[in-house]
Amino acid sequence: MRALLCEHCRERQATVHITQVINDKRIELNLCPICYQKEAGKFNLLVQPDFNFHSILAGLLQSAAPEAVPAPVTGVCRNCGLTFSDFTKAGQLGCSECYEQFVEPLEPVLRRIHGNALHVGKVPRRTGVRVRTRKEIENLRARLQEAIRREAYEEAARLRDEIRRREKELTEGGGQP
Amino acid sequence: MTPQERIEALLCHWAKVHGEQGDVVLSSRVRLARNLRGIPFPARGQDAQLEAVVAAVEKAVARVSSFKLTKLEALSPLDRLVLVEKHLVSPQFIENPTHRAVILRADEAVSIMVNEEDHLRIQVILPGLALQEAWRVADEIDDLCEAHLDYAFDERRGYLTACPTNVGTGMRASVMLHLPGLILVDQARKVLAALGHLGFNVRGLYGEGSEAHGGIFQLSNQVTLGKTEEETINTMLSACRQVIDHERAARQALLRDARLQLEDRIWRSYGILASCRLLSSEEALRLLSDLKLGLDLGLISGLPPQLMKELLLLTRVGFLQKIVGKELGPSERDYYRAALVGERLRGE
Ligand SMILES: [Zn+2]
Ligand SMILES: [Zn+2]
Repeated sequence: MRALLCEHCRERQATVHITQVINDKRIELNLCPICYQKEAGKFNLLVQPDFNFHSILAGLLQSAAPEAVPAPVTGVCRNCGLTFSDFTKAGQLGCSECYEQFVEPLEPVLRRIHGNALHVGKVPRRTGVRVRTRKEIENLRARLQEAIRREAYEEAARLRDEIRRREKELTEGGGQP
Repeated sequence: MTPQERIEALLCHWAKVHGEQGDVVLSSRVRLARNLRGIPFPARGQDAQLEAVVAAVEKAVARVSSFKLTKLEALSPLDRLVLVEKHLVSPQFIENPTHRAVILRADEAVSIMVNEEDHLRIQVILPGLALQEAWRVADEIDDLCEAHLDYAFDERRGYLTACPTNVGTGMRASVMLHLPGLILVDQARKVLAALGHLGFNVRGLYGEGSEAHGGIFQLSNQVTLGKTEEETINTMLSACRQVIDHERAARQALLRDARLQLEDRIWRSYGILASCRLLSSEEALRLLSDLKLGLDLGLISGLPPQLMKELLLLTRVGFLQKIVGKELGPSERDYYRAALVGERLRGE
């Protein structure tokens, strides 16, 4: 097995290997222990005595992406327990999360009813701002992953701070984040 | 309270006022379906969740003094039925009163069903053709609620609803049309089919099947995704105006070509309404339709133009029992119905 260079400094051998699957994409991070210490500091990763990198990065990505947990393929809404066959039987969804959960199978259903259309009507004043903020956070998360892939750790750190800031806006905006 | 005062107090806004284009349009309604994010829709919600929804909505509208929340369980079955007859709540809503509440504005032009199919159904009903005004009011109340409630909303899908047929604007706009002229000249079917092709839902009201008893039809929008509320309402308004023109043309054709027969029909119906001793709800509906046509064409005068709407409501089973103040069997209903209509027409 050939020696792997640290993705950050390109000098020392990478001995810290972090792998995480996010949204079906595999992200690998190979760092030397020094860079790991340095980067980990930026990412608030330091205090993990057993060097369980997997859980460290999972922790990082979760703080930045609480919804990045891969969707269960069992076809059950994790919020209300509705299955897609429940829906096809009753013709009604169980909760607002069902729309995310069953986004693909719902596509042809909605097309049949409404044609190939997207919402162009009213956007709720308060919730609308929150929806936009959440959307922006999603975009930032994608950019964060991209930055990590490109080994642009300073950019990643900046993005992570931005995500935190936007998330704080959501929680301080009242109601559920 | 005198019987007349009791009747006045029972009637709701849309039935008391004739309204714009009131000769053809009985009422306009805009209904918005809204849900709270993350909380299971009423059919799947647990007791505590549904109670929490009622409490949250009550709090959200608490600042509006003209709004009053009533839990459905606190109402008698008769009072629930009267709400349905006034079109303030849906028939499905009173089937199971548990965890359900209704918020009514004092004039009953606005109602909010809590925990029907969706967490909120905001509804505005106005007399005559007033879709834009109904939308404006519904929009305002929606904003008021949304200031305190976290709505389930998605940028692509819009307002998320229990049934995917409502997703998007969550808006169902409808008008109640009285089309006796088109029925008499045998053109109703054609006009209604054309509306169906234009993407509207058409329903015969107060009757079985498509041949609506009393010539009353409900026209509503089918699609809620991919069109703004204003677009939907404007499309409906222009369709309504065309139907109104057709209906008025049919009435003029009848006056021109068959005036005597038309007058005979209307005065016969008036005569029966004014002097019969037993009146079934089906017969009442048919005769009241003729009465309205007579009033709108100026063949009958001296009676208020909204009289048909008023009597349409008052002669329904729930109303009748409410007015008489006791439970009525089927034959008793026919007796009291005839008495009530007769008194009103004879001006007693
Ligand atoms: Zn390094
Ligand atoms: Zn669900």
